[in-house]
Amino acid sequence: MEETLSIRRSLLYVPGNMPSMLQNIPIFNCDAVFIDLEDAVPMNEKDAARLLVKSFIQSYKNRNKEVFFRMNALDTEWGYDDLLTVLPALPDGVRLPKADTPEIVERLDTFLTECEENLGLEIGRFKIIPSIESALGVINCIKTARCSSRVIALAFGAEDYTTSMGIERTKTGEELFQARNRVVWAAKAAGIQAIDTIFADVSDEESFTREVRLIKGLGFTGKSLINPRQIDIVHKIFAPGKDEIEYALEIIEAIKLAREMGTGVISLRGKMIDAPIVKRAARVLRTAASLGMIDIEISDEVIHGTK
Amino acid sequence: MVILKKAQAGTMQSSDLMVFTEPSDGLEIIIDSTVAKQYGHLIRAKVEEVLDRMSVTQGTIRIKDRGALDYAIDARVQAAVLRSQGA
Repeated sequence: MEETLSIRRSLLYVPGNMPSMLQNIPIFNCDAVFIDLEDAVPMNEKDAARLLVKSFIQSYKNRNKEVFFRMNALDTEWGYDDLLTVLPALPDGVRLPKADTPEIVERLDTFLTECEENLGLEIGRFKIIPSIESALGVINCIKTARCSSRVIALAFGAEDYTTSMGIERTKTGEELFQARNRVVWAAKAAGIQAIDTIFADVSDEESFTREVRLIKGLGFTGKSLINPRQIDIVHKIFAPGKDEIEYALEIIEAIKLAREMGTGVISLRGKMIDAPIVKRAARVLRTAASLGMIDIEISDEVIHGTK
Repeated sequence: MVILKKAQAGTMQSSDLMVFTEPSDGLEIIIDSTVAKQYGHLIRAKVEEVLDRMSVTQGTIRIKDRGALDYAIDARVQAAVLRSQGA
């Protein structure tokens, strides 16, 4: 599946040193998990947590969601050991904290390539989701988004960002507006996904719902979550509407017809339908299918045509 | 590999276990579990497998089980054994 079309609306953090949470991963209905070795694990448990995470991922055979782990930053004493221990269990990728510059991501990229060679894996198998969580990170995120083909998404981290700015994080998030927009621009310009920050007050569903609506409107493709209770709200808000689905189906039919006629562009209800519109329609339909709203499969051939 | 010093790994949360290591002349595994009657032999088999894989030949390994699955037993035993080595 083309990377930009994978659905990642809900990305749930799971503490790396808690078996009771880890073993629930298969039953959570989120699109992906971030198993956390960083902030959720105290310093004196880093060694044990990474062994536990490795062992869990190895035991999780029938994967029904993407599995990323949040490593410790590369400039800590734990970062490289996290990678060496967990990667052989074949997670889908790594969430890299404190990705303040493209050079940091490039360093991880190089190390992942070495690991893939040593493990006899296809180069590029392990993906990277850089955390943009400081003033410097926000300034550099445009380059960070393009610095490696492993980077499939940028993840904004507002808790560390507001700390780096010396400001308070509010529930309405006015203070995050510029940074959020810049992260979304950087991601869209690079053709990758944009994942919004966590919302910490699990009991305040109203503010959470408002925030999810806001970030969807800004262009984020998903959100980091800290509690399974937040998953359904995100899915509901990110669910395409009935009209949107019907229109997307019409677009797919139209482009099929266009290709039969030997062209890649066609008019539908007075509007031009071409590749980007087809891609967007396909994303709508795949999202709808993943939610069980429709029962069709959109193949890559439908999106891109046959060679 | 020999257990060189006292060490421990794991927590007392449910679905977890604690592993305690201690130096000794032989190799001994002691299991304390709420489900020892039904699952004691399975826990023991898992612990033996990990010790065997790590070539541990000497030491006492005590397990306080809180209903952990195999993957957790595996990881916690490894962590405790590794902690029983270095400084």
